[in-house]
Amino acid sequence: MNQLEIRNLFKQFGTNEVLDDISFTIDDGEFVSILGPSGSGKSTLFQIIGGIMLPSAGSIHLNGKDITGKNGHISYTPQSASLLPWRTVLGNVMLGQEISGKADVEEAKKMVERAGLAGFEDAYPHELSGGMKQRVSFIRSVMSPQSLILLDEPFSALDEFTRLDMQKWLLSIWSEHKKSILFITHNIEEALFLSDRIIVFSERPTSIKAEFTVPFSRPRKEELLLTDEFFQWKRKIYGRLVGEAWKK
Amino acid sequence: MKAVLQGWRPFAVLILLLVIWEMSCRLLDIPAWLLPAPTEIIAEFISGWTDVGGHLLATIRLIVLGFLIGTTVGIIVAVTLHLIPFLREAFYPLLIISQNIPIIVLAPLLVVWFGFGILPKIIVITLVCFFPITISLLDGFRQTDRDMLHYMQMAGASKGQIFRKLEWPYALPNLFSGLKISATYSVMGAVISEWLGASEGIGVYMTLASSSFRTERVFVAIILIVILSLLFFALILVLEKQLIKWKPKGEGSAYEST
Repeated sequence: MNQLEIRNLFKQFGTNEVLDDISFTIDDGEFVSILGPSGSGKSTLFQIIGGIMLPSAGSIHLNGKDITGKNGHISYTPQSASLLPWRTVLGNVMLGQEISGKADVEEAKKMVERAGLAGFEDAYPHELSGGMKQRVSFIRSVMSPQSLILLDEPFSALDEFTRLDMQKWLLSIWSEHKKSILFITHNIEEALFLSDRIIVFSERPTSIKAEFTVPFSRPRKEELLLTDEFFQWKRKIYGRLVGEAWKK
Repeated sequence: MKAVLQGWRPFAVLILLLVIWEMSCRLLDIPAWLLPAPTEIIAEFISGWTDVGGHLLATIRLIVLGFLIGTTVGIIVAVTLHLIPFLREAFYPLLIISQNIPIIVLAPLLVVWFGFGILPKIIVITLVCFFPITISLLDGFRQTDRDMLHYMQMAGASKGQIFRKLEWPYALPNLFSGLKISATYSVMGAVISEWLGASEGIGVYMTLASSSFRTERVFVAIILIVILSLLFFALILVLEKQLIKWKPKGEGSAYEST
């Protein structure tokens, strides 16, 4: 069953064309990454999928239902963790549930603990490190009733070591909760390591250049990052990202 | 607060000025009705306390009442203008114009319209109080973090939820900067409104003193006004510390302590 389906999406701001015929699908429980240069209209795409901006043409369907311009169907995790500074970790985690109904304190506590943040339930965001904030932000989305999570370059501000830890952490939480994830990144390795499928975007006006199904089996370990197969895939995707000129 | 408590330098300058003032009054033989010496003012402060006490109480009552009403009006205006963009466009410029009318000119007119009761006084205090609160709150609402707003909107939060859970708490520090300004303004507003015609209050005491050339009493009134303003300011500061605990501590303290 197709969970999310984007059909022929176009978006223009005046004469400035941003999205040019974007179509793709995300299956139930699938991890899909969008790889593209910066300024390729990814945040515009997110706002359209999130229902807070209307496309110039095209539509978005969730489980067969048209949700174009309707919000409340996806959970968004912005680049800048975006935790409410006046709420504790626990309070932030429960925000997504609060918006759509009742919050479950016990479940939230369990989640926080399993995310490796035990003892930080009552800490305020300014007391946390960048990686911890991202964890809280992601758990907030996992706890939300929406089945699709949009992750907007969540690890781009983290250092290399923290980033790898966070990637492994993300995979472990995701495999437990089986939510669909749409992940945006500039980083080819990150996309390869995490996703089931990778969609490569072009520069503005953004269209889909290529789509790859990542063959690596799950669960994935960090040793994968050093295998020859991984490098070959990285080279293949890099080739498509920078264009044909790169090939001999 | 730290800066005030540790700031021995302004305190030293103040003492020095007082000493110069005292010396000049004595050496140059300045008559008390023209400029009383600090010691004379302090003597009057102590001996006339029973007389001033009633006036002081009346003024505090007026300040508290006016400040509460002014704050309420300020918050209501800000929230209404924020939630209804059409009204904001229509009224924002008018708000600014309203602040350009000198209150000292408006005050006697208010007496003509509303008499000598408490109403024109409350109106004067409200007029000086609501503006800083409205403006700082509106700014706070407008500066709400875009990413947080997008998160809430995409999650399907209603306008009311966004306001209660995001915009209002986000603007609270702004509200408090408005409140601090309004707290000191409200003291001034109360004294001005008492000049219009009242039976008691620091403003009345001051008018009586200056018209009978009891200059030392005028200074007593000035000291009281300054102390009242500082007390109100401190009160808001304490309230802010209590309510906004989530802010990182120790901003810029490295410079303050030297």
